[in-house]
Amino acid sequence: MVKLIINGKEIEAKEGTFILEAARENGIDIPTLCYDKELTNFGGCRLCVVEVEGSNKLITSCSSLVKEGMVVHTETPKVVKIRKDILDLLYSNHPKDCLTCEKSGECGLQDLCYRYGIKDGSYKGEVKKYAIDSINPVMERDQSKCILCGKCVRVCAEIQVTNTIDFTDRGFNSKVTTEFDNPIDRHNCRMCGQCITACPTGALINKQLKGIRPWEVKKVRTTCPFCGTGCNFDLNVKNGKVVGVTPNPDSPVNGKSLCVKGRYHSDFINSEDRLIKPLIKKNGEFVEASWEEALTLVADKLKHTRDTYGGDAITGLSSARCVNEDNFVFQKMMRVAFGTNNVDHCART
Amino acid sequence: MTNAIGEVEDNEVLFIIGSNATEAHPIIGNKMKRAARKGNKLIVIDPRRTELAEMATLWLPLKSGTDAALVNGLMHIIVKEGWHDKEFIEERCTGFENVLEVIEEYTPARVAEITGISEEILYETAKLYTSTKKAGIFYTLGITEHTTGTANVMNLANLAMLTGHLGLENAGINPMRGQNNVQGACDMGALPNTYPGYQSVTNEKSQKFFEEFWGVKLNPNNGLRIPEMLDEAAAGNVKAMYVMGEDPVLTDPDANHVKKALSNLDFLVVQDIFLSETAKLADVVFPATCYAEKDGTFTNTERRVQRVRKAVEGPGECRLDWSILAEVAKRVGAKGFDYRNSEEIFEEIRATTPSYRGMTYKRIDQKGLQWPCPTEEHPGTPYLHKGVFPRGKGLMVPVEYEEPAELVCEDYPILLSTGRMLHHYNIGTRYSKKLDSIRPHELAEINPVDAQKMGISEEEVVRVSSRRGSILTRVTITEKVKPGMMFMTFHYKESPVNELTNSAFDPVTKTAEYKISAVKVEKVGAEEAAAFM
Repeated sequence: MVKLIINGKEIEAKEGTFILEAARENGIDIPTLCYDKELTNFGGCRLCVVEVEGSNKLITSCSSLVKEGMVVHTETPKVVKIRKDILDLLYSNHPKDCLTCEKSGECGLQDLCYRYGIKDGSYKGEVKKYAIDSINPVMERDQSKCILCGKCVRVCAEIQVTNTIDFTDRGFNSKVTTEFDNPIDRHNCRMCGQCITACPTGALINKQLKGIRPWEVKKVRTTCPFCGTGCNFDLNVKNGKVVGVTPNPDSPVNGKSLCVKGRYHSDFINSEDRLIKPLIKKNGEFVEASWEEALTLVADKLKHTRDTYGGDAITGLSSARCVNEDNFVFQKMMRVAFGTNNVDHCART
Repeated sequence: MTNAIGEVEDNEVLFIIGSNATEAHPIIGNKMKRAARKGNKLIVIDPRRTELAEMATLWLPLKSGTDAALVNGLMHIIVKEGWHDKEFIEERCTGFENVLEVIEEYTPARVAEITGISEEILYETAKLYTSTKKAGIFYTLGITEHTTGTANVMNLANLAMLTGHLGLENAGINPMRGQNNVQGACDMGALPNTYPGYQSVTNEKSQKFFEEFWGVKLNPNNGLRIPEMLDEAAAGNVKAMYVMGEDPVLTDPDANHVKKALSNLDFLVVQDIFLSETAKLADVVFPATCYAEKDGTFTNTERRVQRVRKAVEGPGECRLDWSILAEVAKRVGAKGFDYRNSEEIFEEIRATTPSYRGMTYKRIDQKGLQWPCPTEEHPGTPYLHKGVFPRGKGLMVPVEYEEPAELVCEDYPILLSTGRMLHHYNIGTRYSKKLDSIRPHELAEINPVDAQKMGISEEEVVRVSSRRGSILTRVTITEKVKPGMMFMTFHYKESPVNELTNSAFDPVTKTAEYKISAVKVEKVGAEEAAAFM
């Protein structure tokens, strides 16, 4: 363990820890827009600069390791001035549409401009302007809002390992885009949307959650209903309806990762094709029925079959898509109520 | 899986056979790709040039269905070179001599002939797999969906035992299970031969336990498996069927036989969230709730039991699956179905299933628990078989290579394999407009050589026929499949591939050979194509 002092507070940190992490672990928040614990260090946004006693230059706390006896100051006038300048530069080259931006309320740039009192960009001149890429059904890309933090590039390369996007061009023209600057679609992208989660601004947006303010939703953590990996995520609920999915970093299997199905499937829950009443087939056509009528018919028919031909004349298919509790009751129903072991499910098909 | 998903990235060698993880298990696939990115080595054994094949140190595009010969060939080389783990075999395994006798015949030259993989690559593969103890086997349905599926799995177990790749972190034998809760459904005894917790229905002790627990006399005989249920329904011996949350018409092999069998029933009940193709044949359909509308648990492929939490009310008059079942059971006179909530059912699961006994909703709330978890103090089990196998010594059973049930011939010259793709999951995701708009229709994969031979262009509609059926589909031309091979998914009811698949089964599990059917591909007229589109 290494002992150091941050903002007058004596702390201990494991050797090999970055100053920013050590500070966070001790409740000291150093701002950053490009750092993510799960990704390689980038040191690009420079917002995490701090003063270290004995050093006459500012250092980036996201990429500098703690040292024994180090004395760090994270909010000195010098540091704050630099941060304000950086934010001013970023915001000067950023659309001023926060009132209607989808990201408002969970935007990293907005949060830091609020924290450091940046009201307007003071650098007047050319600002970047790109057409919105809305060609695919699930995500929208507005490069005018990109601050070049590179988190999307790293998440695509290091977590999803697809390398769909990277930096191109230089200086003012620098941008993050695909090979040949093509729109993002299923041909060049796995559409996992992990770049959307990583993006601190409104440059990358989940179309499904457009029109939903982040503070309006209740989040309910659950387990994905598709493959056997067992990812967790948060169902976003507004006015009693599931409106979309966001990752939950506490998920034991997948962390913040999701695939295209996990992230975008949830509109099936509200499908107009959902069954809403019991149906009984009469003269070859389905007719809506009451639960009482349908349950009575099923119980009578199955009881008759059991009592006439024996329980083994009844078979049941349980479901690998339903919860354990449903499966347990299903096999118990077959065994206890009908006296047969004729129960199976699609594990073999 | 014998091991945990979190261990995948740090396997130094990943032996991936018959698994297209980046499409079928994307998050595990990402971890495999991350392993490769770190410098760990992938051995990918798959006739298709998958995304993982692109990242592999060794890609073995074997002839479909020759897995047993390939694994025997690898074991032959390993023993000949002395790369096997003699200590592990001596201390923990039995039956090695029998395996030795069989693999003796699988010389590299013979195996190369059967599999189409060169002797040199076979040698490299055997060497790489045995170069570290941190080498795990990963497989899915490319291994099991064959008439020799069980034998294939046993042979992978032979390979892992031969080389001592078991009972360790970052190793093991890891089947990645297809459905969210197929592990749980098996654990819960939704099988014709086992009660919850894999307790045999023909074992008197288990029978007695459940008879006392549930207070009824239980049937002492194994029940029917799905294909047998269908055959018996077609024969008129099975009179009624209750189907919950499955659509065998689209997902079981030889769909025309399935439809015939279901139509022959006196009474079919289907409980589902949509009017599935199977539900259309039903006499009564019960509307059920989906996962977002219910509380409960799923058990994932690494045996982790995790919470499912109700987020919203279900639409209309739909009801919880278990509550519908309990109501039916009560109405036919059964006792013990007065559950008030899912947690009460889970308490009964704990009481009857030893591997779940230590779990409670409270304990699994945040991170879940991996079974076996026998007591409330037990931390769960990330990887299995440390020190000892449940049966004592690991049994090695020799496996001979057998040809697939259906081979290509003059009339049906193309080998059709089926599986999943990234953007859809079985048949349910078609109801998601978002996902469906990414991939709205089937694109059967066909090699450029075959496409050129037949004069077929990208996204053209063709007719694909087997001995059992004939369907229309659009094609995509890609080198992911070899010449003479075709790949289709089973996600699209407009191109119902299971009308083509072969219902020849593995004798033990009754799993069908979805991975191999012989088909022919024909061009269709402009009018027919336009009508299809």
